[in-house]
Amino acid sequence: MVGVPSRHKSIFLLGAMVLLQVLLLAVQIKRDSQGRLIRVWTVGALSPFERAGSYGIGSVRGTWGHYFALQNTSRENEQLRHENDVLKLQVTQLQSRVSEAERLERLLNFRESHQEVPTLGARVIGASADTATRTIYIDRGERDGIQRNMGVITPDGIVGKVIETFSNTSQVLLITDKEGGAGAMLAESRIQSPVGGTGEPLLEMKYVANDDKVNVGERVVTSGMDRIFPPDLPVGTVAEVKPGNPFKMIRLRPAANLERLEEVIVLTTLRPLELKKDSSAGNAAAGQPAVDKPKSPMANR
Amino acid sequence: MNETYDIRTAESHIEVHKFHGGAIIGTLIIIFFLQAFVPQYFHQLAILDLPLLVTIYFGLSRRNPSTGLLLGMAIGLAQDSLSGPTVPLGLYGIAKTIIGYLASSIGARLDTEHPAARFALTILFFGLHQGILVLERRILLAQPEVWFTVHLGIAALINAVVGVLLFTLLDRLRKPS
Repeated sequence: MVGVPSRHKSIFLLGAMVLLQVLLLAVQIKRDSQGRLIRVWTVGALSPFERAGSYGIGSVRGTWGHYFALQNTSRENEQLRHENDVLKLQVTQLQSRVSEAERLERLLNFRESHQEVPTLGARVIGASADTATRTIYIDRGERDGIQRNMGVITPDGIVGKVIETFSNTSQVLLITDKEGGAGAMLAESRIQSPVGGTGEPLLEMKYVANDDKVNVGERVVTSGMDRIFPPDLPVGTVAEVKPGNPFKMIRLRPAANLERLEEVIVLTTLRPLELKKDSSAGNAAAGQPAVDKPKSPMANR
Repeated sequence: MNETYDIRTAESHIEVHKFHGGAIIGTLIIIFFLQAFVPQYFHQLAILDLPLLVTIYFGLSRRNPSTGLLLGMAIGLAQDSLSGPTVPLGLYGIAKTIIGYLASSIGARLDTEHPAARFALTILFFGLHQGILVLERRILLAQPEVWFTVHLGIAALINAVVGVLLFTLLDRLRKPS
């Protein structure tokens, strides 16, 4: 190791390192490159931990519930309380499994009702390390055929698009991110306008003229103009409408619960998609089993 | 990275702390795992900037500006890498390089072991870190960014409280002097 550097040496080193990173920033902006190799290394190093954590959290919760939570029970009715707690835990676990099964069933139903759209189920395994960015990591990657710019949805509505792929993992930019968005239109009036994220939970519909009538609670669906999402997928509902200059200020509540995503569907095609006229997201009937399931604890059992 | 140095200057009464082997690497792996994983289940915890807290802690403890800035740079670049293409490499790297340098420099001159001092310094460094990020976004990336919001003020306070607790926890990784 180098000995204690002088004050001047450390200031010089600080300047050099900052300059180096400024140049790195400049190179990325100029070349529109994201230093892919270093991202691959870092994501590759961390994703096994995320993956293990995702699958292990259920057993940790179980251990906590079975052992630690019972330490404070009184001795008098320890046996009864124990049995009671075990039963409650079983009920909770069953409810959790039912809930998960229902989510998976909705995913499968959605896919059956949109068999013309090639899709792949995926599990959310992590989020962005940057508090200002709204991205997630999913447990599907290049080996599963995932490519950049593929759309990501849930049966409730659209989620975002794939912005980076790794061998077994992909990163998805949520529509609520400042750089996220989708082509959209008002479901009733069919007025088209892009929808964009603001970095907050609500979305913004950008270019609707003040003369156009928009009601709070009105549904907004995809227009298909972004060539990522097929038309008529739910985007959200109008939560707030204000007159603006020159366009209305319209805020939307996303249809998908983007704060608590666990399983998602990736649209595994980059071709423009069309949905069947008689199908609507989230309302599909159950039918034949789909081929691919999300990599979930349920699917692995 | 775990070797340390004695500061044989006028400030030699300030102790330079040594850490057990692998403590820094292990800590970094854990905090990055927590930073990326925990907010998925507890969304409110996304307000925490654990990489920043660790940068401040090791800077204040090791008290060597060169290692402090290099560690800050490594942590910042790793955070950039995990934040996706919307965050260019170097954004957090630059901010944490400077924070690492300043924390080490202050740590070499002041006694920063008291929780009150740590609380105040964490708020100071959080604000400075945010200021550097805003400057970078405005000047280098030409992105509009606000200087201060109530949310950031709350985030600074919460990070300072968590920082004091985390620093006490990390003190256990030090070798006995």
